[in-house]
Parts: sequence; C-alpha cells; structure tokens
Amino acid sequence: MRIGDYKETYASDEAVFRTPTSRFWLGVLFVLLLIFPFVVSDYLLYMANMVGVAVVAAVGLNILTGSSGQISLGHAAFVGIGAYTSAILTTRLNLPFLLCLPLSGFSAALLGMVVGGPSLRMKGLYTCIATLGAQVIFEFIFMNWSSLTGGIRGINLPAPTFFGVALDNEFKFYWVTLVVVVICVTAARNLFRTRVGRAFIAIRDRDISAQLMGINLFKYKLYAFAVSSFMAGMAGCLWVNFLKTVTPEHFPLSESIRFLAMIIVGGLGSILGSIFGAIFMTVIPEALKNLMGLLVETYPEAMSYLFPLKQLIFGLLIVAFLVFEPHGLAAIWRRVKDYFRLWPFTH
Amino acid sequence: MTEFLQLIVSGVAVGGVYALIALGFVLIFKATSIINFATGEFIMIGAYVFYSATVVMGGPAVLGLLSVLGFAALVGLVTERLILRHMLGQPIISIVMVTIGISSILNGLADLIWGSDFRNFLPIFPRSPIIVGEIIIRTNIFYGFLVAGIVVSIFALLFKYAKVGVAMRATAGDQMAAFSMGINVKSMFTLSWALGAIAAFVGGVIIANISGVHPSLAHVGLKIFPVVILGGLDSIGGAVLGGFIVGIVENLAGGYLENYLSGGVRDVAPFVVLMLILLVRPYGLFGKEEIERL
Repeated sequence: MRIGDYKETYASDEAVFRTPTSRFWLGVLFVLLLIFPFVVSDYLLYMANMVGVAVVAAVGLNILTGSSGQISLGHAAFVGIGAYTSAILTTRLNLPFLLCLPLSGFSAALLGMVVGGPSLRMKGLYTCIATLGAQVIFEFIFMNWSSLTGGIRGINLPAPTFFGVALDNEFKFYWVTLVVVVICVTAARNLFRTRVGRAFIAIRDRDISAQLMGINLFKYKLYAFAVSSFMAGMAGCLWVNFLKTVTPEHFPLSESIRFLAMIIVGGLGSILGSIFGAIFMTVIPEALKNLMGLLVETYPEAMSYLFPLKQLIFGLLIVAFLVFEPHGLAAIWRRVKDYFRLWPFTH
Repeated sequence: MTEFLQLIVSGVAVGGVYALIALGFVLIFKATSIINFATGEFIMIGAYVFYSATVVMGGPAVLGLLSVLGFAALVGLVTERLILRHMLGQPIISIVMVTIGISSILNGLADLIWGSDFRNFLPIFPRSPIIVGEIIIRTNIFYGFLVAGIVVSIFALLFKYAKVGVAMRATAGDQMAAFSMGINVKSMFTLSWALGAIAAFVGGVIIANISGVHPSLAHVGLKIFPVVILGGLDSIGGAVLGGFIVGIVENLAGGYLENYLSGGVRDVAPFVVLMLILLVRPYGLFGKEEIERL
C-alpha cells in the first residue's frame, strides 16, 4: 500500500506520470533503450525484437482480457492474420512496409470484430470457447487456403524497406520495433484515460451495472475486440517482416496460451504487467534452451528433455503465479518500488 | 447410402466415447464451475497408464483398467486439493489459466516419463470386424462404444440412486442449501474431480485402443469443447447428446468434404458447428440461461 497517495485535482489523478521521479526514470529507461543496440550482440538484439513483438501483442491482449474481461484463446490467430496480411500485401501488391503496418492492424481488427460480434450475447466461459473456435478455424484457413496463404509452405518475403533503407538485420529492425512498441504502449496507457477505456473496465467489473450506467455493451465489447486485434495484427506484421517467413505452424493454440500466460504472469489489466510478462515469457524459454545447451557437454541427451521441461516450467509458472501472486510481476514491482520509496519508514 | 450409414454408425460409436469424456467434464463444471482445460492431458495420461500396466508390466487388461481407475481418482483428487481448492472464488480467467497451467505440467511430465514415441496396446478384443448388413464396424470401435456406454450408465445410475450421487446433484444445484443439509460440499468437489478424471482416463484408454498411444491424444481434449457447448455446459444429458452429434458431424465432414478440402476438415467441422450454435443459442442447446441479479 502506498502512503501519501493523495491528489487534490482531477488533473493530477489522471496524470500519466505521477511524480517527477517517475518521469526521470522513464527518461533513463528511454536513453538505455537507445544505447542498447549499440552495445549488445546480434543475439540479444534478436531477442529484443522478439520481446518487442510480444509486448505489442500482450498489450493488445491485456486490453481485451485484462481490462475488458473478455477471455480470448484466439489471440495468436489475430497475430497470424496480421502476419499473413502483411506478407500477402508485400508479395502480391508490393506495398511498402509503412503502409502494411496499419493495414495489417486493420484487417486483424476487422476479423476480430467479426469474431467478437457474437460475443455480445455470450459471457465468460462461452466467449472463451468461441474464441477457441475462432483459433481452430483460422488455423485451418491458414493451412488450407493455399492460393492465398501458400498452405503449409507459407510465404517468404523480402526484407522490408523504409524510405530506401533495407531493414535487413536485427540492428536496423530494432528501431522499427522500438517505435511501434512505444506508440502502442503510449496509446494503451492513454486509452484508459478516456471514456472508452473506462467503459472497458466498467464492463469487466460488472457488465450489467455498466449497461445501467449507459454504456452500450455491444459497442464497447466490439471496440475492445477491435483494439486488441489491431495490436495483434501490428505485432504480426512486425513479426513477419522481422523473420521474413510465415507458415501456419507459427500461430497454434499454444501461442495464444503463451500470450495469455504473459498477461497472467505480468499482471492482468496492467500495461506495465504486459511488458514484464512479455519479456519474462520470451526470455525464460530461451534461457532454458541456453542452459540445456551448456549441459549438453556433460549430458549429451540433455536437449531431448528441453521440450518437456519447457512445458513443465511453463505450467508451473502459470500455476505458481495464480496461486501465490495473482496480480503478477506488476504487483511485485510495485512492492519493490514502495519499499525503496518509503525506506526507511516502511511501517 | 451405405457410405452414409457407415459414416453415421462410426460417428455414433466415436461419439459414445466423446459423450463419456464430456460427461466427466460437465460433472466437474456443474459441481465446481471450473472448466477443465486439462481434460486432453487426462485422456492422454489415461492411455499411458493403461499402456504401462498392460504392455510394460505385462498385466492383464482388467488390471490395466483397475490401475487406470485408481490413478485417475488420484490425479483428480490431487489436482483439486492441491491447486483448485485455492482458486475458489477467483475470477474466471484465473481458473481457466490454472487448468491450462495444469495441462502444461501434465504434458511435460508425461513427455518426461513416457517420451513421445508412437505406441500401441496389445490387442484386447477379437480382430475380425463386425458386419451388419453392408456396414462394417471395427471391433475396437464397437467394444470401445460398449465400454463407454457401460461407464456412462454406471454414472447415470450413481447419480439417480446412490446417496453420494444425490448429494453431488444437490451440491451442483445449490451449494448453500446442500451445505445446510449436512452435505460436505468440499468433499463433493473432490469427488467430482475424481469422477471427472475417471471418465476422461477411461475415455483415453478407449480412444488409444482405436488410434494408438501418442502425446497428440491430448488434442482430443479440444473436441470436448464443441461437445459440451452443443449440450450446454451444465447439462449431463446434453453432453451425451452433444457427444453423438460431434461424432457424427466429424465423420460426415471427414467422409464427404475431405476430397474437396484437406484432411484437417474433420477436426474443424465440429468447431464450425460450435460457432453456429453459439450464434443462435449462446447458452448451448440445453444449457441453463443464467438470470443475473445485481
């Protein structure tokens, strides 16, 4: 619990940065993010790009699931839609990357609304299962509409260009990812200072009460699906332009579950939590892989345990967080912050 | 016409197994309002336990079945007591995710213990297929259907006549009322998890006897969602009917559409039906429409 957390004006209550200190540290973080690519290896830059993609997708999912209370088991499908839209527009129509990015978002948002539309009449578990159905059906479409998606072989595309500069390595792409992440995070943070964002939260907390207060449930649920899918689509576009290939196997149900795990581990309904969760859930499997790689020298069969161990740890993490820390890493972060802020008078 | 009948008959037979698994699923949902995303892993582990008992240890099929029952009860019990008991009263998303987490843990454990090779049971039933008119039924499917039917009937009798079954129904109907009538609601939760796990485990053995033992058996768990949604999450009769519908839809789609679309169509068709049903009836065919008060 924070002490001294009082405000005298609405403006200070709605402020994004509560204190000059937080503004300062955010500035420091930003400078570090700018220096980061110049000092680290290509491998870490690759990881940074993957984390960035995951952050955009996780922020999107957290708006839908964490803040509006609509559980989606189909988020990976919308990332996939963004990825395929971008790949198809690039290879068939030669559209520039800068145009593909919003278009991928829009196509995912459109399909997200198609899936979300029927959800007005459904609630909770039924919505959850409907999105599961959407995931399965979209996966099937990716796989089988060969004339459009290239079927099982997928689509390969050239490196994107940005005003004549080919974004063909991790370093150059880092800047694109960084800009998109910053835009999405800022947009999401500000969304919850507007009527729309507040309406989302009201719907999550009690949909009937929200309706009584004059919130059009259908409209705002649809918005939530659209915003969330839009970000998923952008993430997909980044993803496909970074890896330069897309196949149906990249967007299975387990990927949707991974996104859900990110926001659970990070903290439901918290933007900071989405970022933490995305970093955590991208770095942990990779760290495990590297650890196994080290063990191979002493235990040659270590690699064969990688996949089951990954699954085991993934499951344990989810369960442990839900049982012991339901508000996720964001809550831990807040406690740590408060400890230092209030030190030495913690009580 | 023969082909059509053939597809319907195999659909009904497979549907019987789905009905059994869905029954376990609905049982857990009715008692505890938890939807169990680990059903697929229960199915898979059931098959592996049977495999270990009969093929690895060399025991007879009866012993295999007994160990499956014991193991299922144990897994259901441990899951409920150790993890889900702590989740009472948590939001839906947490409960959904915790069962997904459990499914991931079980998946990893099963992979560590049994590996991911394709395995087969020893033949249990006579091999020569059963022929009725022009319809041919594989014995594994036929006897599997019989076993599923027997287990479903036992469950039905249990709910109707046994004291504990009535207590479970009471708990599902109204927890407070059941509690005040002296029913130990918490042990009913544990019991429904144990019974739900038994249904899934036995279903897993039947399916593995038809299609072999492999980690991908866990994917069968996904098919349970169209089944239970068709029937409505809280209707046991609906679950059984939903099982047959999904079995038939799957076989018809596989039989007639596979030539035009690809092989995956039999797995997707139930989900298309699911979406259509949800569009028209958001609470499933037999689900109870919740009336909410503030």
